[in-house]
Amino acid sequence: MQPIEVVNLQTHVEPGRSQAVEEARRQFQICNACRYCESYCSVFPALHRQRELEDGELQQLANLCHNCRACHYACQYTAPHEFALNVPAALAEVRQQVWQENASPKWLARLFHRSGAAIAAVTSLAFALLLWLAQGLSGGDGVGFYAVVPHNIMVALFLPAFILPLISVAVGLRRYWRSIGGTRITLRHLHAAMGAVSTMKNLAAGHGDGCNFEDEDRFSHKRRLYHQATMYGFLLCFAATSAGTILHYALNLPAPYNLFSVPKLLGLSGGILLCIGTLGLAYLKTKADPNLSAQRVWGGEMGFILLLFSVSSTGLLLYAFANGDWLPELLALHLGTVLAFFVLIPFSKMVHGFYRLAALIRDEQMKADG
Amino acid sequence: MSVMNKHYDVVVVGGGNAALCAAISAAEHGAQVLILEGAPKTYRGGNSRHTRNFRCMHNSPMEVLTGRYDEEEYFQDLLKVTKGKTDETLARLAIRGTEASYRWMQKHGVHFQPSLSGTLSLSRTNAFFMGGGKSLVNAYYRAAEDLGVDVLYEAEVTHLERQDNVIVSVEFTYNRYRERLTPKAVVVASGGFQADLDWLARAWGPAAQNFLIRGTPYNRGVVLRDLLDQGTEQVGDPTQCHAVAIDGRAPKFDGGIVTRLDCVPFSIVVNENAERFYDEGEDVWPKRYAIWGRLVAAQPNQVGHVIIDSKSINLFMPSVFPPITAESIEELASKMDLDPAALRATVDEFNSACVGGDFHPTELDGLSTEGLTPAKTNWARPLDSPPYYGYSLRTGVTFTYLGLKVDGNAKVQSTQGPLDNLWAAGEIMAGSILGEGYLAGFGMTIGTVFGRIAGEEAAGYATH
Repeated sequence: MQPIEVVNLQTHVEPGRSQAVEEARRQFQICNACRYCESYCSVFPALHRQRELEDGELQQLANLCHNCRACHYACQYTAPHEFALNVPAALAEVRQQVWQENASPKWLARLFHRSGAAIAAVTSLAFALLLWLAQGLSGGDGVGFYAVVPHNIMVALFLPAFILPLISVAVGLRRYWRSIGGTRITLRHLHAAMGAVSTMKNLAAGHGDGCNFEDEDRFSHKRRLYHQATMYGFLLCFAATSAGTILHYALNLPAPYNLFSVPKLLGLSGGILLCIGTLGLAYLKTKADPNLSAQRVWGGEMGFILLLFSVSSTGLLLYAFANGDWLPELLALHLGTVLAFFVLIPFSKMVHGFYRLAALIRDEQMKADG
Repeated sequence: MSVMNKHYDVVVVGGGNAALCAAISAAEHGAQVLILEGAPKTYRGGNSRHTRNFRCMHNSPMEVLTGRYDEEEYFQDLLKVTKGKTDETLARLAIRGTEASYRWMQKHGVHFQPSLSGTLSLSRTNAFFMGGGKSLVNAYYRAAEDLGVDVLYEAEVTHLERQDNVIVSVEFTYNRYRERLTPKAVVVASGGFQADLDWLARAWGPAAQNFLIRGTPYNRGVVLRDLLDQGTEQVGDPTQCHAVAIDGRAPKFDGGIVTRLDCVPFSIVVNENAERFYDEGEDVWPKRYAIWGRLVAAQPNQVGHVIIDSKSINLFMPSVFPPITAESIEELASKMDLDPAALRATVDEFNSACVGGDFHPTELDGLSTEGLTPAKTNWARPLDSPPYYGYSLRTGVTFTYLGLKVDGNAKVQSTQGPLDNLWAAGEIMAGSILGEGYLAGFGMTIGTVFGRIAGEEAAGYATH
């Protein structure tokens, strides 16, 4: 009697190919034959449009995945089944690789994604430097914060710290866009993608009950809410800074501003939202199963969340104690975290926002192409 | 173990759809309920893990269900597949119960969605579960827990002690210990026996050892055997199982939906001797995949080999395993352990019998061979465009028909009349309604409707 041969479903990797990409390809072949998860998010309809997946298409699907985990808990083929599907982790690995490979310098990205400690170290160094600068160069002609760190010094420090990382991200994104076969972006693509971002549609599951994150297969909106608090909080803070810049340069109204000014109202509400969002996300992260993500970067992701929390909480403290004795130290602390945050943009979890937006736009293009 | 110190009104044996519907229903009718699931938590849910939809009657469009599918049409569909081997009263009870069950399922966390891509033919009759059967099972476990139902995993029931017409105790193993509970009522919903290959081989013949089991390895029919041995009345042909042709490289157990292979109509299928044995183009595949389970089972070593060429590779749903690929028929034959000369001869004979004409992959196109035995009566196109692709086929068992006889209250019948405190739901009693064949989504219908009835009846008995 002929024995029943069972195909070895281990991933075979040819030299020069990515283990992460090959593993995702293996898993998706099984998904493509099943299709039960078709309605959960944008990943599966995009997957089912194709029979074979190029590397770039896999990278695109990986960035489209929001790690909501609904597919995993619904999956009949997770371990100990020999198919051993773990789509959230497989895609997280590919995603991580895309972010690292497209960053420059790569070694810095690898270091920061892996190591939250490194993030903390750079933060500390940055604010130590600022403290020193603040002490050495203060006593200028400014008022408020500018009495501690003169405005020109701030601009000289922050403008390159803001612009250079963004240029680095743009270079990486451009490379990514080419590798996934992206075409010209129209307003319609952008509008649809922004719609998905504004509500985090992909973290709601097809039925709108939320995602599976902190309590196994129970659906919840917590992660979606905390993420949106973080995102909108961040955007409000960014708007506050932009408003301040406009007031300063266009209207010749330099800081300090009073409580009911535009920069303060935006900054205060943004700071509070950002604090709540980041604390919530950090808490959920401690509850979630680490096996369903890229485990080696857990620390880096947590470090990034806490850095964002430091930015917002020190900002709020500054508001609260703007006239206190600790102003120089608080200011240095806040500016240090902000500086660290900006410098780390291309190498930290922050890039996920840029890549995910790109993936959502590309998905709209693919949908339009049929 | 804390549950051993509690007193339960109702013990539910099994942990799939029918068991969960019974447990939830019993709890909602005031009973203290314990579920004894034989599988570990990761494999909980029996064959329901692999299901994807629920066949539901409706007199007008209903959410994801299009058009109208009334009781009569549903019943006629059932008559067709069972060739009349059904109990009309129970069948109509199940069918009529689906409409209200649809809402009940939603209320307990099941989300429906329109039919999946590639299943348009079911959009009128079947409501699909978002995420598939395991997501339904997950939702029900959550609902049950919220109602205070206790669950023990890896609790394998070995014996229900019957005295006269009463089940007096439930015996099971848990953590390697033998345990015993004395609930007021028992619902058995522990499936068929298809995972017990020795039993299958006794029923079907030694060939059954070569069958693949599409679902859970935990449906070994232990409780079914135990109850039949104690004089409960049996239904369904004990020698039969529902089997389909699936990818021969599928796992021995639990391969589920992805192991299906939809390319047979566009192929020639040969046995180990590289000979054709049946009309591959008799009808569209959903209507024929079940008979191919039996056809393959009748071939040497219970294996078939499907051969297509590059013209057909994109005409069917992607398969879970990549095909064996070769540039020539001879090369393909040697890769598939077939005699190259024999396969060449079979293909040549087939090719020269193809007469040409218009090919329509989605309908019966009448493109038939001439002068060939057995003929291929539709989609017959010569295999002449390399690369050539090969898949192997084996018999995949879905479920068995042997079961317990129940009445309209899901109460288990013995040769001396109904048992006082034993109810059954799901595959273990499905033979009462489904004597032969299968209708997509009907297993979930029986499990849901009779699970709910069994739970309610058991709770009513236990709490009064």
